[in-house]
Amino acid sequence: MNTLDQTEEQAAFLRSAKEFAEQSLKPFAAQWDEEAIFPVDTLKAAADMGFMSLYTPESAGGLGLSREDSALIFAELSKGCTSTAAYMTIHNMVAWMIGNWATEQARDQYLPSALTGDTLCSYCLTEPGAGSDAGNLQTKAEKVDGGYKLNGSKVFISGAGSTHTLVVMARTGGAGPKGVSALIVEANSDGIRYGKKEDKMGWNSQPTRQIHFDDVFVPDQNLMANEGDGFTLAMKALDGGRINIASCSLGTAYAAYEAALAYVKDRKQFGKAIAEFQNTQFVLADMFTELEVCKNMLISAARHLDAAHPDATLQCAAAKRFITDHCYDVVDKALQLHGGYGYIKEYPIERHLRDLRVHRILEGTNEIMRSIVARRILAD
Amino acid sequence: MKALVTCKRVLDPYIKARINADGSAVNLDNVKMAMNPFDEIAVEEALRLKEAGSVTEVVAVSIGGPKSEETLRQALAMGADRAILVESDQDIEPLAVAKVLKAVCDEEQPGLVLMGKQAIDGDSNQAGQMLAGMLNWAQGTFISEIKIDGETANVTREIDGGLEKLSLKLPAVVTADLRLNEPRYASLPNIMKAKKKPLDKKPLADMGIDTAKRIEIVGLSEPAERQAGVMVDSVAALVEKLKTEAKVI
Repeated sequence: MNTLDQTEEQAAFLRSAKEFAEQSLKPFAAQWDEEAIFPVDTLKAAADMGFMSLYTPESAGGLGLSREDSALIFAELSKGCTSTAAYMTIHNMVAWMIGNWATEQARDQYLPSALTGDTLCSYCLTEPGAGSDAGNLQTKAEKVDGGYKLNGSKVFISGAGSTHTLVVMARTGGAGPKGVSALIVEANSDGIRYGKKEDKMGWNSQPTRQIHFDDVFVPDQNLMANEGDGFTLAMKALDGGRINIASCSLGTAYAAYEAALAYVKDRKQFGKAIAEFQNTQFVLADMFTELEVCKNMLISAARHLDAAHPDATLQCAAAKRFITDHCYDVVDKALQLHGGYGYIKEYPIERHLRDLRVHRILEGTNEIMRSIVARRILAD
Repeated sequence: MKALVTCKRVLDPYIKARINADGSAVNLDNVKMAMNPFDEIAVEEALRLKEAGSVTEVVAVSIGGPKSEETLRQALAMGADRAILVESDQDIEPLAVAKVLKAVCDEEQPGLVLMGKQAIDGDSNQAGQMLAGMLNWAQGTFISEIKIDGETANVTREIDGGLEKLSLKLPAVVTADLRLNEPRYASLPNIMKAKKKPLDKKPLADMGIDTAKRIEIVGLSEPAERQAGVMVDSVAALVEKLKTEAKVI
């Protein structure tokens, strides 16, 4: 994914990401999807390449890359396997949170093994009764001697049951966002119970489960930042998370576009390649144009985040909404160009479509993205 | 033992080469460039020899413009210890390349020079052989295997009739064929470390080497376009066509 002002180093990162995607993700993506395999060995290999610690600060042992570099790398990885790349973005997001806000003790305990891919992380915000209304979450962390006692449930947790370190947003104070704290919880703690593995439309290479907390003890040192900061931290993480998910949509849509380009040159109907029909040409031209817009918007939003610009949240929300919607549409166009072959599992297009559908729902639904944008632009 | 490995910046092998409108050269403006794939194999083999303890230092060398630094950084990111860029604005011919590499070898005194068997742009397949000649060293071209045993390099060469095994007295020049290995790709931490590895630059103009062109390119043309296939209705028809049209049997 080239940009005009690409640095030599960025080009080298993307070359490695591309090769990893082609050799270690793409050949297995269909099987991981079909058999719902969480490829932990591949995630370990990804960590060896540096992909599990991209924007964790260097001071905490990560690579300290910019969000822009990270976004473009995630896009390349998602060309190989959307679902696995998306899990990597979640792991990166949690590692970044731990690297930034955990106590030194907790950071030293949980982060090194996460950066090497020996342990995996999950982000636990959504609850059965608190999805878009996350500030109203009900999981309680009650203060006890030396720590907290955690009770409640989280739902739709990526990686749950196969990960080792959870970052859990829980209520330590009164109602509303200000009463929420962020805690690091060991995934095998006493009192944790996992729900069944959800049977999903896409994102099948990562398990999704409910997590129930029943009097789970969490030591004081596992609190991130201060009591009451949890919701702010969760939202800061999601600004980047939204860029990441948009990246995974973009990379996948590029993969679908490239597959369509190759297919229309090969497929013959009415005695000529379907690339020779004007409809095909116009559709491809639109796909290309939409991808270019999405790519530039992604880079712009990532740069806002890198610059800690006051409008970063606005830009990330607008980009997430636009890119995940339009890239879904690009994949749908690629599917249409493939005709019946786009609908069968022998070709990757239907998987791309299934994987991208959820990007319009998670990390904040696209409706919530519109709310964030509207609130900000009407505020002035 | 020090290993010197060559890295040429060439047109990316995965993009379609186009000839300039005046037919004088392949268009290299705004096209993707990459390390010559055979050189990448040579770098990988040098690194494997280092990992096996046969080589102590891997030095990557390139001849080219400022952008060739990127190609050398790639070798450094893969694991080479340091790099030398001989700065040249013009594309020089294989004989001049061999002379430049000879000068680098005189200075560096490597025990082994590893090169790609050819660069995929000119496909000349000459520089390695000429370098060995100028140095009066042993040469093993088109190798698919190399093992260092003391003062000897045992190599397997890919030749028309099959495989040829040679024992070369070191120092030697070897050139890598496709099946020698599968090159690694650089990890992100290693890409970042490569920025800090030493890369010396020396202007070709200061080396006192005659690089005057001796070959005149008369013209370039695109390969003939592939013809559509023909369906035959029987094995007999196929054999007939293979005999009379394709003339392969």
